[in-house]
Amino acid sequence: MNWGEFFAMKGYAWYIWGSYGMALLIFIVEIMMVRHRRILTLQQLHLMRNAEDDMT
Amino acid sequence: MAINWFKYSSPSTFYGVAGKMMPWFAWSAAILFVVGLYIGFFVAPTDIQQSEAYRIMFIHVPASILSMFIYLVMAGYAALGLIFNTRLSSMMASALAPTGALLAFLSLWTGALWGKPMWGAWWVWDARLTSELILLFLYLGFIALHASIDDPRRADRASALLAIIGSVNVPIIYFSVQWWNTLHQGASVKFTGTSMHVAMQQGMYTMMLAVWLYAIAVSLLRVRCIILERECKAQWVSELTEVRR
Repeated sequence: MNWGEFFAMKGYAWYIWGSYGMALLIFIVEIMMVRHRRILTLQQLHLMRNAEDDMT
Repeated sequence: MAINWFKYSSPSTFYGVAGKMMPWFAWSAAILFVVGLYIGFFVAPTDIQQSEAYRIMFIHVPASILSMFIYLVMAGYAALGLIFNTRLSSMMASALAPTGALLAFLSLWTGALWGKPMWGAWWVWDARLTSELILLFLYLGFIALHASIDDPRRADRASALLAIIGSVNVPIIYFSVQWWNTLHQGASVKFTGTSMHVAMQQGMYTMMLAVWLYAIAVSLLRVRCIILERECKAQWVSELTEVRR
Protein backbone atom coordinates (compact mmCIF):
# COMPACT_ATOMS: atom_id res chain seq x y z
CA MET A 1 0.00 0.00 0.00
CA ASN A 2 1.46 3.39 -0.95
CA TRP A 3 0.67 6.72 0.72
CA GLY A 4 -1.49 7.99 -2.15
CA GLU A 5 -3.70 4.96 -1.78
CA PHE A 6 -3.75 5.41 1.98
CA PHE A 7 -4.92 9.03 1.79
CA ALA A 8 -7.53 8.20 -0.86
CA MET A 9 -9.20 5.83 1.64
CA LYS A 10 -10.91 3.95 -1.21
CA GLY A 11 -12.95 7.04 -2.09
CA TYR A 12 -13.91 8.01 1.45
CA ALA A 13 -11.07 10.52 1.89
CA TRP A 14 -13.29 13.61 2.33
CA TYR A 15 -15.44 11.94 4.95
CA ILE A 16 -12.60 10.43 6.95
CA TRP A 17 -10.14 13.34 6.81
CA GLY A 18 -13.02 15.78 7.30
CA SER A 19 -13.83 13.99 10.57
CA TYR A 20 -10.26 13.76 11.87
CA GLY A 21 -9.46 17.26 10.58
CA MET A 22 -12.35 18.74 12.56
CA ALA A 23 -11.29 16.78 15.66
CA LEU A 24 -7.73 18.15 15.36
CA LEU A 25 -9.04 21.69 14.76
CA ILE A 26 -11.33 21.52 17.81
CA PHE A 27 -8.58 20.21 20.11
CA ILE A 28 -6.03 22.81 18.92
CA VAL A 29 -8.50 25.73 19.11
CA GLU A 30 -9.69 24.65 22.56
CA ILE A 31 -6.13 24.43 23.93
CA MET A 32 -5.27 27.83 22.39
CA MET A 33 -8.40 29.44 23.87
CA VAL A 34 -7.73 28.09 27.37
CA ARG A 35 -4.09 29.22 27.25
CA HIS A 36 -5.20 32.64 26.01
CA ARG A 37 -7.72 32.83 28.85
CA ARG A 38 -4.94 32.14 31.35
CA ILE A 39 -2.78 34.93 29.90
CA LEU A 40 -5.72 37.38 30.02
CA THR A 41 -6.58 36.39 33.61
CA LEU A 42 -2.98 36.83 34.78
CA GLN A 43 -2.81 40.25 33.05
CA GLN A 44 -6.00 41.26 34.83
CA LEU A 45 -4.56 40.15 38.18
CA HIS A 46 -1.37 42.17 37.54
CA LEU A 47 -3.47 45.25 36.81
CA MET A 48 -5.47 44.74 40.00
CA ARG A 49 -2.28 44.32 42.02
CA ASN A 50 -0.66 47.42 40.55
CA ALA A 51 -3.80 49.45 41.21
CA GLU A 52 -3.70 48.33 44.84
CA ASP A 53 -0.02 49.24 45.15
CA ASP A 54 -0.77 52.72 43.78
CA MET A 55 -3.45 53.27 46.38
CA THR A 56 -1.24 52.41 49.35
CA MET B 1 -6.24 6.19 56.96
CA ALA B 2 -8.62 9.05 56.47
CA ILE B 3 -8.08 11.46 53.64
CA ASN B 4 -9.48 14.88 54.32
CA TRP B 5 -11.37 15.38 51.07
CA PHE B 6 -12.54 18.81 52.11
CA LYS B 7 -8.93 19.95 52.02
CA TYR B 8 -8.93 19.27 48.28
CA SER B 9 -12.26 20.99 47.88
CA SER B 10 -10.65 24.32 48.73
CA PRO B 11 -9.84 26.24 45.53
CA SER B 12 -6.42 27.33 46.82
CA THR B 13 -5.25 23.73 47.37
CA PHE B 14 -6.81 22.42 44.19
CA TYR B 15 -5.25 25.17 42.08
CA GLY B 16 -1.80 23.74 42.85
CA VAL B 17 -2.87 20.10 42.63
CA ALA B 18 -4.53 20.67 39.24
CA GLY B 19 -1.40 22.38 37.95
CA LYS B 20 0.75 19.41 38.97
CA MET B 21 -1.63 16.77 37.57
CA MET B 22 -2.37 18.45 34.25
CA PRO B 23 0.86 17.57 32.34
CA TRP B 24 0.49 13.87 33.23
CA PHE B 25 -2.98 13.73 31.73
CA ALA B 26 -1.94 15.79 28.71
CA TRP B 27 1.09 13.65 27.87
CA SER B 28 -0.68 10.33 28.38
CA ALA B 29 -3.50 11.63 26.16
CA ALA B 30 -0.99 12.60 23.45
CA ILE B 31 0.69 9.17 23.54
CA LEU B 32 -2.63 7.32 23.49
CA PHE B 33 -3.84 9.43 20.53
CA VAL B 34 -0.79 8.33 18.54
CA VAL B 35 -1.21 4.66 19.55
CA GLY B 36 -4.98 4.74 18.95
CA LEU B 37 -4.66 6.33 15.50
CA TYR B 38 -1.93 3.86 14.58
CA ILE B 39 -4.15 0.91 15.52
CA GLY B 40 -7.17 2.54 13.87
CA PHE B 41 -5.50 3.24 10.54
CA PHE B 42 -2.74 0.63 10.20
CA VAL B 43 -3.70 -2.39 12.30
CA ALA B 44 -7.51 -2.57 12.13
CA PRO B 45 -8.63 -4.31 8.92
CA THR B 46 -10.91 -2.86 6.25
CA ASP B 47 -14.60 -3.48 7.00
CA ILE B 48 -16.44 -5.86 4.65
CA GLN B 49 -19.60 -3.77 4.47
CA GLN B 50 -18.39 -0.20 5.00
CA SER B 51 -14.90 -0.44 3.43
CA GLU B 52 -12.64 2.32 4.86
CA ALA B 53 -15.49 4.65 5.84
CA TYR B 54 -15.95 2.84 9.16
CA ARG B 55 -12.63 4.31 10.34
CA ILE B 56 -14.59 7.44 11.32
CA MET B 57 -15.73 5.27 14.23
CA PHE B 58 -12.40 5.72 16.05
CA ILE B 59 -13.20 9.40 16.66
CA HIS B 60 -17.02 9.32 16.42
CA VAL B 61 -17.66 6.77 19.19
CA PRO B 62 -15.17 8.25 21.71
CA ALA B 63 -16.49 11.79 21.10
CA SER B 64 -20.10 10.64 21.51
CA ILE B 65 -19.56 8.55 24.64
CA LEU B 66 -17.41 11.21 26.29
CA SER B 67 -19.96 13.94 25.44
CA MET B 68 -22.54 11.95 27.41
CA PHE B 69 -20.19 10.94 30.22
CA ILE B 70 -18.85 14.48 30.71
CA TYR B 71 -22.43 15.73 30.94
CA LEU B 72 -23.12 13.35 33.83
CA VAL B 73 -19.88 14.33 35.58
CA MET B 74 -20.74 18.01 35.04
CA ALA B 75 -24.25 17.54 36.45
CA GLY B 76 -22.75 15.59 39.38
CA TYR B 77 -20.35 18.42 40.23
CA ALA B 78 -23.14 20.97 39.81
CA ALA B 79 -25.33 18.93 42.20
CA LEU B 80 -22.48 18.71 44.76
CA GLY B 81 -22.10 22.47 44.52
CA LEU B 82 -25.81 22.91 45.07
CA ILE B 83 -26.05 20.49 48.01
CA PHE B 84 -22.82 21.15 49.92
CA ASN B 85 -22.37 24.74 48.76
CA THR B 86 -18.78 23.98 47.71
CA ARG B 87 -17.47 26.59 45.30
CA LEU B 88 -14.94 24.29 43.69
CA SER B 89 -17.59 21.77 42.58
CA SER B 90 -19.46 24.50 40.73
CA MET B 91 -16.21 25.71 39.19
CA MET B 92 -15.50 22.16 37.98
CA ALA B 93 -18.95 22.01 36.39
CA SER B 94 -18.27 25.29 34.56
CA ALA B 95 -14.86 24.01 33.47
CA LEU B 96 -16.29 20.82 31.97
CA ALA B 97 -19.13 22.41 29.99
CA PRO B 98 -17.16 23.84 27.01
CA THR B 99 -15.23 20.59 26.50
CA GLY B 100 -18.46 18.59 26.63
CA ALA B 101 -20.12 20.95 24.16
CA LEU B 102 -17.20 20.64 21.74
CA LEU B 103 -17.30 16.84 21.95
CA ALA B 104 -21.07 16.81 21.38
CA PHE B 105 -20.51 18.98 18.30
CA LEU B 106 -17.69 16.69 17.13
CA SER B 107 -19.99 13.69 17.58
CA LEU B 108 -22.63 15.31 15.35
CA TRP B 109 -20.06 16.48 12.79
CA THR B 110 -18.32 13.11 12.43
CA GLY B 111 -21.74 11.43 12.45
CA ALA B 112 -22.86 13.58 9.52
CA LEU B 113 -19.68 12.74 7.60
CA TRP B 114 -20.28 9.06 8.31
CA GLY B 115 -24.02 9.22 7.59
CA LYS B 116 -23.62 10.76 4.15
CA PRO B 117 -21.70 7.87 2.53
CA MET B 118 -23.55 5.13 4.47
CA TRP B 119 -27.16 6.37 4.61
CA GLY B 120 -27.07 8.95 1.82
CA ALA B 121 -27.98 11.76 4.22
CA TRP B 122 -25.95 14.17 6.36
CA TRP B 123 -28.77 14.38 8.86
CA VAL B 124 -32.00 12.56 9.70
CA TRP B 125 -34.41 13.35 12.54
CA ASP B 126 -33.76 10.02 14.13
CA ALA B 127 -34.05 9.55 17.93
CA ARG B 128 -30.30 9.05 18.46
CA LEU B 129 -29.25 12.06 16.39
CA THR B 130 -31.97 14.34 17.74
CA SER B 131 -31.26 13.52 21.40
CA GLU B 132 -27.52 14.12 20.84
CA LEU B 133 -28.39 17.51 19.30
CA ILE B 134 -30.44 18.27 22.43
CA LEU B 135 -27.34 17.37 24.50
CA LEU B 136 -25.37 20.02 22.59
CA PHE B 137 -28.14 22.56 23.27
CA LEU B 138 -28.15 21.62 26.97
CA TYR B 139 -24.40 22.31 27.17
CA LEU B 140 -24.85 25.63 25.36
CA GLY B 141 -27.83 26.49 27.60
CA PHE B 142 -25.75 25.73 30.71
CA ILE B 143 -22.91 27.97 29.51
CA ALA B 144 -25.26 30.78 28.43
CA LEU B 145 -27.32 30.69 31.64
CA HIS B 146 -24.18 30.79 33.77
CA ALA B 147 -22.80 33.70 31.77
CA SER B 148 -26.05 35.67 31.94
CA ILE B 149 -26.14 35.96 35.76
CA ASP B 150 -23.67 38.42 37.26
CA ASP B 151 -23.41 36.95 40.77
CA PRO B 152 -21.31 33.79 40.30
CA ARG B 153 -22.91 31.88 43.22
CA ARG B 154 -26.42 32.55 41.92
CA ALA B 155 -25.24 31.60 38.43
CA ASP B 156 -23.89 28.33 39.89
CA ARG B 157 -27.24 27.47 41.47
CA ALA B 158 -29.38 28.33 38.47
CA SER B 159 -27.19 26.46 36.00
CA ALA B 160 -26.85 23.51 38.39
CA LEU B 161 -30.60 23.06 38.26
CA LEU B 162 -30.51 23.12 34.45
CA ALA B 163 -27.66 20.56 34.41
CA ILE B 164 -29.45 18.20 36.81
CA ILE B 165 -32.78 18.31 34.99
CA GLY B 166 -31.02 17.96 31.63
CA SER B 167 -29.22 14.79 32.73
CA VAL B 168 -32.44 12.85 32.02
CA ASN B 169 -31.46 13.25 28.36
CA VAL B 170 -28.32 11.11 28.72
CA PRO B 171 -30.10 7.73 29.21
CA ILE B 172 -32.48 8.78 26.43
CA ILE B 173 -29.51 9.11 24.05
CA TYR B 174 -28.01 5.86 25.24
CA PHE B 175 -31.17 3.75 24.96
CA SER B 176 -32.66 5.58 21.96
CA VAL B 177 -31.46 2.86 19.57
CA GLN B 178 -33.36 0.25 21.59
CA TRP B 179 -36.51 2.19 22.40
CA TRP B 180 -37.16 3.53 18.92
CA ASN B 181 -36.73 2.28 15.42
CA THR B 182 -33.69 4.31 14.40
CA LEU B 183 -31.56 4.61 11.30
CA HIS B 184 -28.59 4.82 13.63
CA GLN B 185 -27.24 1.34 14.33
CA GLY B 186 -27.57 -0.32 17.72
CA ALA B 187 -24.69 -0.76 20.15
CA SER B 188 -21.87 -2.98 18.86
CA VAL B 189 -20.25 -3.08 22.27
CA LYS B 190 -22.37 -4.91 24.80
CA PHE B 191 -21.75 -6.48 28.19
CA THR B 192 -22.54 -9.85 26.64
CA GLY B 193 -19.76 -9.57 24.08
CA THR B 194 -19.13 -7.50 20.99
CA SER B 195 -19.49 -8.12 17.29
CA MET B 196 -16.31 -6.26 16.36
CA HIS B 197 -12.87 -7.36 15.20
CA VAL B 198 -10.44 -7.29 18.13
CA ALA B 199 -8.13 -4.66 16.54
CA MET B 200 -11.12 -2.40 15.90
CA GLN B 201 -12.06 -2.69 19.56
CA GLN B 202 -8.51 -1.97 20.71
CA GLY B 203 -8.32 1.10 18.49
CA MET B 204 -11.67 2.37 19.73
CA TYR B 205 -10.91 1.84 23.43
CA THR B 206 -7.48 3.46 23.08
CA MET B 207 -9.00 6.49 21.39
CA MET B 208 -11.72 6.63 24.03
CA LEU B 209 -9.13 6.69 26.80
CA ALA B 210 -7.15 9.33 24.89
CA VAL B 211 -10.17 11.64 24.53
CA TRP B 212 -11.02 11.06 28.19
CA LEU B 213 -7.52 12.03 29.37
CA TYR B 214 -7.52 15.01 26.99
CA ALA B 215 -10.84 16.19 28.45
CA ILE B 216 -9.44 15.91 32.00
CA ALA B 217 -6.27 17.82 31.05
CA VAL B 218 -8.04 20.68 29.29
CA SER B 219 -10.68 20.94 32.05
CA LEU B 220 -7.97 21.17 34.70
CA LEU B 221 -6.34 23.97 32.69
CA ARG B 222 -9.70 25.72 32.44
CA VAL B 223 -10.62 25.27 36.11
CA ARG B 224 -7.32 26.90 37.06
CA CYS B 225 -8.36 29.99 35.07
CA ILE B 226 -11.83 29.96 36.65
CA ILE B 227 -10.33 29.66 40.16
CA LEU B 228 -8.06 32.68 39.54
CA GLU B 229 -10.92 34.71 38.06
CA ARG B 230 -13.33 34.00 40.88
CA GLU B 231 -10.83 34.14 43.75
CA CYS B 232 -9.08 37.25 42.39
CA LYS B 233 -9.57 39.16 45.63
CA ALA B 234 -8.19 36.38 47.84
CA GLN B 235 -4.86 36.79 49.60
CA TRP B 236 -3.44 33.47 48.35
CA VAL B 237 -3.95 34.51 44.72
CA SER B 238 -1.92 37.69 45.11
CA GLU B 239 0.86 35.62 46.71
CA LEU B 240 1.21 33.24 43.74
CA THR B 241 4.52 33.51 41.90
CA GLU B 242 2.80 33.83 38.51
CA VAL B 243 0.79 36.79 39.85
CA ARG B 244 3.58 38.44 41.84
CA ARG B 245 6.15 38.98 39.09
